[in-house]
Amino acid sequence: MDLFEYQGKDFFARYGVPTSSGVLVRDPEAAVDAARKVGFPAVVKAQVQVGGRGKAGGVKLVRDEAEARDVATAILGMDIKGHIVHKVWVEHASDIAKEYYVSFTLDRGVKQYLCLLSSEGGVEIEEVAKTNPDAIARVHIDPLEGLTDAEAARVVADASIDEPSRPGVAKVLLQLYQAFVEGDADLVEVNPLIIKTDGKVHALDAKVTLDDSASYRHPEWEAYRADMELDGREALARSKGLNYIGLDGTVGIIANGAGLAMATLDVVSQAGGRAANFLDLGGGAGADAMANALEVINTDENVQAVFVNIFGGITRCDEVAKGIQEALGRVNLTFPMVIRLDGTNAREGHEILRTLLSDQIRVEETMVGAAAIAVELAKKGKR
Amino acid sequence: MSIFVDENTKVIVQGLTGNQGRFHGLRNRDYGTKVVAGVTPGKAGTDVDGIPIFDSVKEAAAATGATASFIVVPPRFAADAIIEAAAAGIAFVVCITEFIPAKDEAMVASVLRRNYPGTRLLGPNCPGIISPGRCNIGITSGDIALPGGPVGIVSRSGTLTYQALYELSQKGVGQTTCVGIGGDPVPGTNFIDCLAAFEADPETKAVLMIGEIGGEEEEKAAAFIKEHVTKPVVAYVAGVTAPPGRKMGHAGAIVSGGHGTAQGKMDALREAGVVVAVNPTEAGDRMVEIVEGL
Repeated sequence: MDLFEYQGKDFFARYGVPTSSGVLVRDPEAAVDAARKVGFPAVVKAQVQVGGRGKAGGVKLVRDEAEARDVATAILGMDIKGHIVHKVWVEHASDIAKEYYVSFTLDRGVKQYLCLLSSEGGVEIEEVAKTNPDAIARVHIDPLEGLTDAEAARVVADASIDEPSRPGVAKVLLQLYQAFVEGDADLVEVNPLIIKTDGKVHALDAKVTLDDSASYRHPEWEAYRADMELDGREALARSKGLNYIGLDGTVGIIANGAGLAMATLDVVSQAGGRAANFLDLGGGAGADAMANALEVINTDENVQAVFVNIFGGITRCDEVAKGIQEALGRVNLTFPMVIRLDGTNAREGHEILRTLLSDQIRVEETMVGAAAIAVELAKKGKR
Repeated sequence: MSIFVDENTKVIVQGLTGNQGRFHGLRNRDYGTKVVAGVTPGKAGTDVDGIPIFDSVKEAAAATGATASFIVVPPRFAADAIIEAAAAGIAFVVCITEFIPAKDEAMVASVLRRNYPGTRLLGPNCPGIISPGRCNIGITSGDIALPGGPVGIVSRSGTLTYQALYELSQKGVGQTTCVGIGGDPVPGTNFIDCLAAFEADPETKAVLMIGEIGGEEEEKAAAFIKEHVTKPVVAYVAGVTAPPGRKMGHAGAIVSGGHGTAQGKMDALREAGVVVAVNPTEAGDRMVEIVEGL
């Protein structure tokens, strides 16, 4: 789960990481009030779950009320990489003496945590990595040992952080590490981490991705989840526990397993069509999940045909077939469907499907063959 | 020969008394795998269809001489189950559990590296391993695999593992071993481990590799193939059409900042001499051509 900046700052605060307090608002007048409250000069920051806001003009300094109103009006509703800005965060502008970059993530290859600290912050870290790699200190952290005081001090020195700021930065590093580990984050990134003119260290931004698999031990994440912005289809799918991403094509996709679902998108594209969604039923999905998936796709008006591509492992094909049967009884499906079913209990699944076959529902032997038919049906349009 | 497991491998199932454990444990046994014991704390002395249950892996291993374990337990118990198996001296641990927090996986990797270097973990969040006709540990449907070699399969995606097996079996090309390494952030066994084992296995004549977007595992595998693999390799990388910046499922497949794209991975593999296919079916077809030419 990618947090908005204001959620990330709340997350940081739980672990003692110093951040700016601010106000979250949804309209320009409220932004003016917020700016007055935090004090001018203030910063108005677009809240979207995507990087590159600054470059897109989504972060602006305002010196008075008129400017706050104009800027908030311009930013609210802005489209940043496909994300519409529905809310802005207003905070008092910080007096910046120095800008750094810091992140914690898991290095899959090394199977350890990786901390990056750069004395060049406020810019794209990828650029720094290319132009001045020495500015970035990298340290791997063994999960069993954690980040020690000595190690934090060493990283800070390695990154050539200004001598007087080192103890303060090291302290924030340890707090961020604690947030990363105890908070079950996949990523914690601060760009920039600033030294204020009064010498205090401060996280000016907060980019946090939480590990959804760990949500069972973090009931407090529910509040974050409640504020997420999903499109209608995605919200419905989430409420039904499905792994769904809305796309803009006309062929609805239901598959089991992320890999097969992605491959299904690939073959649909190769057959000349475009997927309307990515939908992974997940492992061990039963009849209910299948019926829910069809219901969710049924709400997507762009869908002209559906391709159900199942290869049973832990998922049992007879359950999938029962789900299709159930969905047909429960909702009025508006699209034709092509089903490819192989793997665990495929024979039993096909026996159930045989009783359902019609103009609307057909079974195909191969994935590539089924994709071609789904694309053809989608081009013809709904029945 | 096969890699990691063979017809003599004795397997215990941690979680055999659960729904999934029972279903897949018994299916593995039906396939011919030597499933010798189950482990569920508090249920020692009972049995599942004649398979004795023990309270701990240590007791089960001592009583049966098992060297492999199949873990089918819920996410919150999985990390402990893996470490328990390793501590009991189990050399090969297959964990199919999905949704284990990444932090737990990183911790397990660290414990195994330090304290139990003799234990190989496959997974978590993987379909397991099948050496057709000899041994099946995991959730792969045995009837889609074809005994009699000559192709080794390694795949990051569960369902695409089955798809790969199926494509080859349909065309009459058998497999030595098929390993699903799983798509989680911290896999116990990776492409390189499997490629090295296939390279060393005299029965394996060619390798089919299935990757996906995200991470750098395919790029690393490409570098390894270039240096160390003499056998022909065919690859498919899923997610060419995946929209950038969106996480495609829990598999950890995410494309960001131009890294880990399907295209980048395919280019690296192609550059290493791998035959790269655009979908699983084409990968199967290319492999059939290669096998026919052997």
